[in-house]
Amino acid sequence: MKKFASLLIAASALFAASGAAFAEAEKSAKPIGYSFEGPFGTFDKAQLQRGYKVYKEVCSGCHAMKFVSFRNLADRGGPGFTEEQVKALAATFKVHDLDGNGASIDRAGLPSDAFPSPFANDDAAKAANGGALPPDLSLITKAREGWHGTFNQLINGIGGPQYVYSLLTGYEDPPADMAKDAPAGKYYNPYFQNGIWISMPAAGTLTDGRVVYDDGAKNTVDDMAKDVSAFLAWTAEPKMEERKQTGFEVMIYLAILAGLLYAVKKKIWRDIH
Amino acid sequence: MSGPSNYQPTSAIGKWFHERLPIVAFVKDHALDFPTPKNLNYWWTFGGILAVMMVVQIISGIVLVMHYTPHVDMAFASVEHIMRDVNYGWLLRYMHMTGASFFFIAVYIHMFRGMYYGSYKAPREVLWMIGVIIYLIMMATAFMGYVLPWGQMSFWGAKVITNLFSAIPFVGDSITTWLWGGYSVDNPTLNRFFSLHYLLPFVLAGVVILHIWALHVPGNNNPTGISVKGPQDTVPFHPYYTLKDGFAIVAFLIVYGLFVFYGPNYMGDAVNYVQANPLSTPAHIKPEWYYLPFYAILRSIPNKLLGVIAMFSSILILLFLPWLDTSRVRSGTYRPVFKLEFWVFAVVCVALGYIGSRPPEGSYVMWGQILTVYYFAHFIIILPLMGLLETPKALPSSISEDVLAKAVPAK
Repeated sequence: MKKFASLLIAASALFAASGAAFAEAEKSAKPIGYSFEGPFGTFDKAQLQRGYKVYKEVCSGCHAMKFVSFRNLADRGGPGFTEEQVKALAATFKVHDLDGNGASIDRAGLPSDAFPSPFANDDAAKAANGGALPPDLSLITKAREGWHGTFNQLINGIGGPQYVYSLLTGYEDPPADMAKDAPAGKYYNPYFQNGIWISMPAAGTLTDGRVVYDDGAKNTVDDMAKDVSAFLAWTAEPKMEERKQTGFEVMIYLAILAGLLYAVKKKIWRDIH
Repeated sequence: MSGPSNYQPTSAIGKWFHERLPIVAFVKDHALDFPTPKNLNYWWTFGGILAVMMVVQIISGIVLVMHYTPHVDMAFASVEHIMRDVNYGWLLRYMHMTGASFFFIAVYIHMFRGMYYGSYKAPREVLWMIGVIIYLIMMATAFMGYVLPWGQMSFWGAKVITNLFSAIPFVGDSITTWLWGGYSVDNPTLNRFFSLHYLLPFVLAGVVILHIWALHVPGNNNPTGISVKGPQDTVPFHPYYTLKDGFAIVAFLIVYGLFVFYGPNYMGDAVNYVQANPLSTPAHIKPEWYYLPFYAILRSIPNKLLGVIAMFSSILILLFLPWLDTSRVRSGTYRPVFKLEFWVFAVVCVALGYIGSRPPEGSYVMWGQILTVYYFAHFIIILPLMGLLETPKALPSSISEDVLAKAVPAK
């Protein structure tokens, strides 16, 4: 049987250009709750603003967020920054551009700009990060699964924000038998989906008190991980509140329409049976 | 089925028009007065549901195309542009991607209903075969549509499926190169898939018209499977079935809406929110759920060419179903053995889908092979033999007698 299975794996490797192991994180994400879960859940604006600050001061050093523009930070259903605040915080980023004479310049960001990448290109990003490409964070909470199971995901979602939270709070000392195999420049994190060794350094991410919040909220690693994962849930799905609101209205409309149709159908068919 | 028209133009202009183009009579005869068996249950409403889903897909698709860019460097970003910047773009896109899944949910229910009630049997063989062709066009359309957002699973799914053609002896590699428009899945592939994804739905709509035409020649089958004997067995399509179908369509839309608004990404694969990267293979390449049973059959055979043949055969065998089923009784209601075996077959199909979603290792391989054997045995061995050996129950003498017999004890 084993021989047959290996034949099959060989056959399926033919289909794909290259084979790869079936990878899932060693541990499922920690099942923490968020304000935006459930059919009526909404984003916590203060939390998104804090999460933005964590992204700005920590994540944005390596991770791009190219599908999000500064102006989105003032959109409805988002962190709720004012237009003035957005102008000010966009200006804290440097954006590559050309001046009127075609010369390359760095200028202050404008609300209409997308978040700039910290590196000139992917190769530069890899070179600066030990060969690993820091993924773009725009969609990260929709692109990573915190847990699996057809039924589980139907009820609890894919656990994308929980994946980010668990990864950020999940650095551990490797078990003794594994420590000796530790690849150079990699860190042990059992919540990482591409194996247990991650290139993102524990010390480079979050340490207690690293980001000082404007609203004076607590800033342990745990708090910051929660806030930034909530912020990244918003960047991945900025129209979530509008979607749920519209959905509620559509459902009420369809339920009434279905009721009316059923009543008329019953009345018409009464004489047939 | 349709006899002389009931339509009598009353006005002079109506008469003038009718003599030149009798389209009003056509609509009245086929969409309003069409005599329909009066005992159709809710499983029969999925035809109407499918027509609605096709229209939903075509309309949402046409608007999406106004904002989408079919280029390998821009496709992924243009989908995000739709999601973030286009007014109600998120709604259009979620309707379209979830709509594909619900189109398949409806078509699978429609097909299993046809199988249970023997709707493929004489005189409806051509109707059934056109349905199988519609199903094939749907699969091709959905496959190419899934490639368009140019995520990781779009790219690698396209690569795996187009690579299947390389199994054809002698000319396989040339065919694959021809399909790709190059030596790998790349911009020319995306462009031709986009073109065909826009074309095929209109081909589909045309074949659907043939399907309805072929339906309106013999008329509907019904849960008893016995033929309509006279006007006492039928009701006009309108208002009886316009309302029954209308209610079912709205009920179906509620379930569809729950996913569009509250779980839009549930049916998809998270990896497809990562932009396509030809240098990085996802950990586990698997197609969308509606292909999984066939994917399981493909992988159950440890030879690429035979696997591909088995996969295509597993769909094409449906074309021969009217002749593989030897029973003269149409409806499963009156076939005690078939009735049980039908559910076994349905469970086998779902189980094959589960196997298709798992990595091909361990006992999944063995179960995939057992289920594949059963799938084919159902068509080639079980159905022909069962029709000859089974003793069917007594059939009611007419549809209206059956309806009355059921109505009396209920009161």
